[in-house]
Amino acid sequence: MRIKLLQASLLAFLGIVLAVGARAEINVGVTLSATGPAASLGIPEKNTVALLPTTIAGQKLNYIVLDDASDTTTAVKNTRKLLAENRVDLVIGSTTTPNSLAMIDVVAEGETPMISMAAGARIIDPMDGKRAWVFKTPQNDAQMATAIVQHMLDNKVRTVAYIGFADAYGEGWWNEFSKIAEGRKIQIVGNERFNRADTSVTGQVLKILAAKPDAVLVGGAGTPAALPQKSLKEKGYKGLMYQTHGVANADFLRVCGKDCEGTFLPAGPVLVAAQLPDGNPIKKVALDYVTKYEAMHGKGTVSTFGAHAWDAGLLLANALPEALKKAQPGTPGFRQALRQALEKTTNLTGAHGVFNMSPQDHLGFDQRARVMVRIDNGTWKLVE
Amino acid sequence: MDLQIALLLGQDGVTNGAIYALLALALVLVFAVTRVIFIPQGEFVAFGALTLASLQAGKLPGTVWLLLAMGTVIALIEGATAVRAHRFRRLPLILLLNCGAPLLLAASLLAVSPAGLPLPLQVLLTLMLVVPLAPMLYRLAYQPVAEASVLALLIVSVAVHVTLTGLGLVFFGAEGSRTPAFTDVSFEVGDAVLHGQTVLVIVASILLIVALYFFFERTLYGKALRATAMNRTGARLMGISGDLAGLLSFTLAGAIGAFSGVLISPITTIYYDSGFLIGLKGFVGAIIGGLASYPLAAAGAVLVGLLEAYSSFWASAFKEVIVFTLIIPVLLWRSLKTRHVEEA
Repeated sequence: MRIKLLQASLLAFLGIVLAVGARAEINVGVTLSATGPAASLGIPEKNTVALLPTTIAGQKLNYIVLDDASDTTTAVKNTRKLLAENRVDLVIGSTTTPNSLAMIDVVAEGETPMISMAAGARIIDPMDGKRAWVFKTPQNDAQMATAIVQHMLDNKVRTVAYIGFADAYGEGWWNEFSKIAEGRKIQIVGNERFNRADTSVTGQVLKILAAKPDAVLVGGAGTPAALPQKSLKEKGYKGLMYQTHGVANADFLRVCGKDCEGTFLPAGPVLVAAQLPDGNPIKKVALDYVTKYEAMHGKGTVSTFGAHAWDAGLLLANALPEALKKAQPGTPGFRQALRQALEKTTNLTGAHGVFNMSPQDHLGFDQRARVMVRIDNGTWKLVE
Repeated sequence: MDLQIALLLGQDGVTNGAIYALLALALVLVFAVTRVIFIPQGEFVAFGALTLASLQAGKLPGTVWLLLAMGTVIALIEGATAVRAHRFRRLPLILLLNCGAPLLLAASLLAVSPAGLPLPLQVLLTLMLVVPLAPMLYRLAYQPVAEASVLALLIVSVAVHVTLTGLGLVFFGAEGSRTPAFTDVSFEVGDAVLHGQTVLVIVASILLIVALYFFFERTLYGKALRATAMNRTGARLMGISGDLAGLLSFTLAGAIGAFSGVLISPITTIYYDSGFLIGLKGFVGAIIGGLASYPLAAAGAVLVGLLEAYSSFWASAFKEVIVFTLIIPVLLWRSLKTRHVEEA
């Protein structure tokens, strides 16, 4: 009996020691889409999480990275697991807008701050009690769409056709772009959809050509966005071509080849970090990220998507010292303090722009967060 | 819509339809012989296209490792069976077939740089890498449960499909690839431009279909496959091995899939997971043929291709909906016309 009691008390003691030991460390849960349709975005993000600092302000950080396979249900399951089992102080993720939207309820219920790496404005807008826990690092689609419309106006584009993914990405872009373009008196003469896995877009392209637009915008992400553009060129389209920032990786250039020469797209400044003027504060931060990433994965491998994860890391590093003053990691108080500290982020330069957050704006980017880029000789060129 | 647009769409539809037709034939073949609904058929399209793309990019395609791994596992299984049965003389052949040949292929890939080889050789190498995966899959995944119900075999197919898609992501990455066209020739037909590659796809598909016809009508192995498809037990009593028939039909299906991938990859970008949708459209074609009739399946697949092309013009957002809804009236018509026979 006595021995059993001794064993039990020993076990209990050990448990307390382990629990205290775990408390001293900060657990960061990451769920991202390393497989499935969004894998081309999720993989560089996963690679970037491996580059994030493991100690900040003398505190050890543990990153628990889970894959949600670009699936909404799995993203929610992952988030619950991170909150319940790993008792994380912060959730980073997910890669896509639908996944991030689904995670909002879970993190709000668990009172844990979350930094999304997806573009959709609805993740942080309209701001309410639940979204108070949610932050994001990528530029809103609206911001990018405004840049495209402005560029079209400057180039005297009167009519434009749109062809986008038949999913949330394509719909989201259509909504933002059509709203802004019509407000600025650009006539939209075509609205087509195609699937990521389509082997042909001949029908859509012929219909667009029949409408004779001055410019065509392709609302797609990654290499699938090359298909409409290649088909348009093949069928003799001569007008201006626009893509979205979803295509900003080296694989797109590889697949699209010479058919993409002269294409314009809005992008985060990190895409053309080396070409930014020296006075731009983003240049240093962006180049630092590019160097670190390419040292690990080889030259030319960096993409803008990974930089969103990097910016999430920068936000955390900036907010942590403030939160640590108020409470111990692993407690609800700490998570609330971290949330408040994130909300107070001011003038923090990331690889994609300068963050100035407020209780109403959980992104806080200004015009510095986007540049227009032209594809020139198979490389990205900054448009002055 | 004027005549030129109609012609261009028709050309596009027939090209895609030709690929779907090949896959539909392979699906019918596999189902008739082994009762397996071969969902991974599409993966062979993707693997074929992406293996060729990796070879051309001078990279060692991941399919080499899959071939080596599966070969080794089969050699172990077969070897163990042979040792237990004291048939040691079979061991060298087992080792040579399952380990020796893949090793030789891998070694030759490492020795010569495949990027510099002429295109026909690259295609040949691709086929040598991808096609053997099909009979190996049969040996590992299907042969042990060959007598199971159609449903059980379908579940195995789903598992194989998911596994292969995952492996595809590991091997080839998330981004797609395109291979250069076999020929840059193009013809002016009226106002429309006819590309050499499109003609090549259609001609190659027709040739392959004719070759399949002669295989089934004129060769001993073809007749054995037909016999197995008609009556499994009867064919076995006549000395036709069910395992051999299974291996053979899978090899044919793998070859058709990989070759389709090689044909289609200059026309469109292929991703590690694009095979599934292509295969599914071939499946719709095969369903129109009732998973039994080869000519009907081929015609159905061409219909799917045409429907896809025209619906992408009229209502691009609903293209897939229209294509896959086609299956409902077809199934209705079939269920009214044919008497359903409960499977024993």
